[in-house]
Amino acid sequence: MTRYTSATPDDRREMLDAIGVSSTTELFEQIPEPLRLGRPLALPDGMGEAEVYERLAGLAARNADAEEQVCFVGAGMYDHYVPAIVDAITSRSEFLTPYTPYQPEISQGGLQVMFEFQTAMSELTGLPVSSAGLYEGPSALASAGYLAMGATKRKRFVVSRGVHPHSRETLATYSVGYGAEVVEVGLEGGLTDAAALAAAVDGETAAVFLQSPNFLGAVEDVEALGAAAKEHGALLIVACDPMTLGILKSPGECGADIAVGEGQPLGNRLDFGGPSFGFFCATEEQIRRMPGRIAGETEDVDGRRGFVLALQTREQHIRREKATNNICTAQALNALGAMIHLAWLGREGFRELGELLVQRTAYARQRLGAVDGVTLLHEAPVAREFALRLDAPVGKVLDRVAERGIAAGYPLGREYPEFEDGLLVAITERRTKAQIDELAEALGAAIAAEGGAFLSDSESKAPLAGGAA
Amino acid sequence: MALTQTPMQAEKAQTIFEKSKSGRRAATLPAAEVPEQPLTELIPDNLLRPEPPRLPEIAEPEIVRHYNRLSRRNFDLDSGFYPLGSCTMKHNPRLNERVAALPGHARLHPAQDPKRAQGALELMWLLQESLSEICGLPHVSLQPSAGSHGELAGLLLTRAYHADRGEERKKVLAPDTSHGTNPASVTMAGFEVVKVATNERGGVEMDDLRAKLAENPDDVACLMLTNPNTLGVFDENIAEIAALIHEAGGTLYYDGANLNAVMGHSRPGDMGFDIVHVNLHKSFSQPHGGGGPGAGPIAVSNRIEPFLPRPQVVRREGSNGHGPGFDLDFDRPKSIGRLRGFQGNFGVFVRSYAYILSLGGDGLTEASETAVLNANYLKARLAEGRAGERLPIAFDRHCMHEFVLSGKPMKRDLGLATLDLAKRLLDFGFHPPTVYFPLLVEEALMVEPTETEGKETLDAFADAVEAILAEAEGDPELAKNAPYTTPVRRLDEVRATRRPVVRQQLD
Repeated sequence: MTRYTSATPDDRREMLDAIGVSSTTELFEQIPEPLRLGRPLALPDGMGEAEVYERLAGLAARNADAEEQVCFVGAGMYDHYVPAIVDAITSRSEFLTPYTPYQPEISQGGLQVMFEFQTAMSELTGLPVSSAGLYEGPSALASAGYLAMGATKRKRFVVSRGVHPHSRETLATYSVGYGAEVVEVGLEGGLTDAAALAAAVDGETAAVFLQSPNFLGAVEDVEALGAAAKEHGALLIVACDPMTLGILKSPGECGADIAVGEGQPLGNRLDFGGPSFGFFCATEEQIRRMPGRIAGETEDVDGRRGFVLALQTREQHIRREKATNNICTAQALNALGAMIHLAWLGREGFRELGELLVQRTAYARQRLGAVDGVTLLHEAPVAREFALRLDAPVGKVLDRVAERGIAAGYPLGREYPEFEDGLLVAITERRTKAQIDELAEALGAAIAAEGGAFLSDSESKAPLAGGAA
Repeated sequence: MALTQTPMQAEKAQTIFEKSKSGRRAATLPAAEVPEQPLTELIPDNLLRPEPPRLPEIAEPEIVRHYNRLSRRNFDLDSGFYPLGSCTMKHNPRLNERVAALPGHARLHPAQDPKRAQGALELMWLLQESLSEICGLPHVSLQPSAGSHGELAGLLLTRAYHADRGEERKKVLAPDTSHGTNPASVTMAGFEVVKVATNERGGVEMDDLRAKLAENPDDVACLMLTNPNTLGVFDENIAEIAALIHEAGGTLYYDGANLNAVMGHSRPGDMGFDIVHVNLHKSFSQPHGGGGPGAGPIAVSNRIEPFLPRPQVVRREGSNGHGPGFDLDFDRPKSIGRLRGFQGNFGVFVRSYAYILSLGGDGLTEASETAVLNANYLKARLAEGRAGERLPIAFDRHCMHEFVLSGKPMKRDLGLATLDLAKRLLDFGFHPPTVYFPLLVEEALMVEPTETEGKETLDAFADAVEAILAEAEGDPELAKNAPYTTPVRRLDEVRATRRPVVRQQLD
């Protein structure tokens, strides 16, 4: 008997008698003999709770987390402070352990949370309709592409290179299935090249994808860029960082048809990348093409206000191959975390936090940009993240700074070969002025130690334009 | 009935937005500390928002009370039996929550350099190895975020596999009993579904399978199958099915939603499957969270491996006296690419690996054995008395971890639809089984008790079904108007689709 089962030998005997078999082996005889494993699984035997804890604590101790290393890494997931009430409420069994609310009469709590979450995300993005949550950011963007194809009957996507590389790559992966073509538009001074974008969009374009702030941290003029999409009847799909929406003009106000993004900054921990949630908001026009669960308000037979899963006729369990998407997970618990965090911040707090990020980011950008061997990768306006160029191999600088207990940022080289010397630095309300000052000093020291060796370093790749030569 | 309301019914549902009052707040933010500049000097005015979003303004005690009260309007697994078929509502060990919350896991940035995230990568690698052994397939990608995401991955892998051999195949076969996600995923991956019929034993109709293969020569990319299937029975012809599909050049995809029936007893890889998705939130105890999060890793055969999503977690042998190390491998030229951001739902991996360590190979095997025992026992209990007469088993044979009843006689004789029985069960304190699925069975009721329920709970559930059928013989209206005791009673779902109200209107 494992510690999670209750059947005693006596129970088993009684149950087998009731079934009318002599042993459970008989029940497994429907599996043809050659397909039965016939040996124990080659896995260790079960362990006690304390032993499992120690084993996993041992593994956890071999990670440099944001508790022991000051984290300036962002790139879509950020080290925000998650208020204690998020943990307290999301760990309640009533939220933690139910399934998707298929029986609304006994799921009013979860359904109302979805409805509140949809309201909050609709407010943030400035679009009237929100799904109850998708898996995470990049796949939400790919799902928006699928919607756009259905809505426009076109198969060409135009994507700014400022869109998160993971989102672009996920869109490309999905597009092979859809049979869609993906065209990338480059950046100019950190911002989407407006002329190139306008030239790339045509009557065959299903959607234009922008991100603001974009992956390099720059705040895009979505409204102006989006005009190309409007002109040709393509959908404008905007990925955004929800934490900036207290101060930045919302996608809806900029004319977006769909806003998507990674929800982790709202009430979700880093968790080495997940689980978090993706958000997906749209105009009324798209409501019947939306992916995922949507909660809606209704009444019970006595006239009481209640909530149910609405528009289920879009979904796989009803529509099967004609469903608008295959997704059935709403990341409900993660969306609950976001809703609590947003309520905790409140209308004023959310705006203040956005402004705090802008102020500290401006300081950090100026402070780090002034370090010897560091230049700004672009000078476009930023909100909470910015890109630098280092006059020394980025990987080695990061290693040196890490020795001082700081994760300095996200190296751009893998995904932007044109910025092999690039470093993306992110700010949250947890990053203090003192920490920023310390990063500036550590970065300067590391570059000084590495800088002279840059071009002669045998491990570094091809010399870069504007390098130390 | 329901002449008086319960206190919870009397409480009018109010959203947190309706409880908002200007000037209240919960958060205290740190001071900027840095020299501040006017916002418009940092970001052009035309990119700034004229008004902040209208989030609720409310103090912390009221936020806590609001959500605690909402939580009490949910039924949950920790409070009662939840025999929802195909969902594997097994106990969620709290140890798993504790280890997932360790800062080394919870506050680890996903872009941390692999050399400073060795514990996380080792955990992922160990989970891959464990799932590989359980599934009987040599390679695993943890990236897919859920079962449906795993299906999409599997179909894109199938497409890449065929393309690599210079073939473009368009059809995917799936039984008429398959989960709705299967055909939906097929469409998203750009294929067409071809339905295969079910035989009198609940398995694939072999003649129909042969016919569908013959009708689509060199065009069948894949067969998607759940085994045991959604009727809860193991398809004895699986070896022959696999041979037919492989002979026709297709791949065989295993929907792992029902893996909880066979862990340690039989392996999809040994049955001939090429691609398997595993629902960590079903067989491996990740809490369902009211509709997520979960994770849907895939295990694949050698011929599919080159196409796996990137990055892939790999173990590299050490050199110069160093031990082995773990890394993220991006250098996979034939990969289908990314399916999502970063490395997957790591927090789910921690919980599932803790579960695997807790049970071990022996415990997982016993879990499946007990799941099958519990299902067959409950099936036997429901074959007695009124249930046996009104709710016959759809396919009368031993089941695996779940079984399907048909409410057709109940509807005919008592006028009670399966939905009415389900709603009346709510008044008895049970979550009903899955209803109206699979579509093949009229008035279907799909029951999956899981291994973590004791005999007493199974007996109480069978007694409740008996009691509901008995009372319906006297007064069928009782069930038809149920439930009576829940926070709200039957809801108008049609209206929520015809005239959807999907957000709170403000001001």
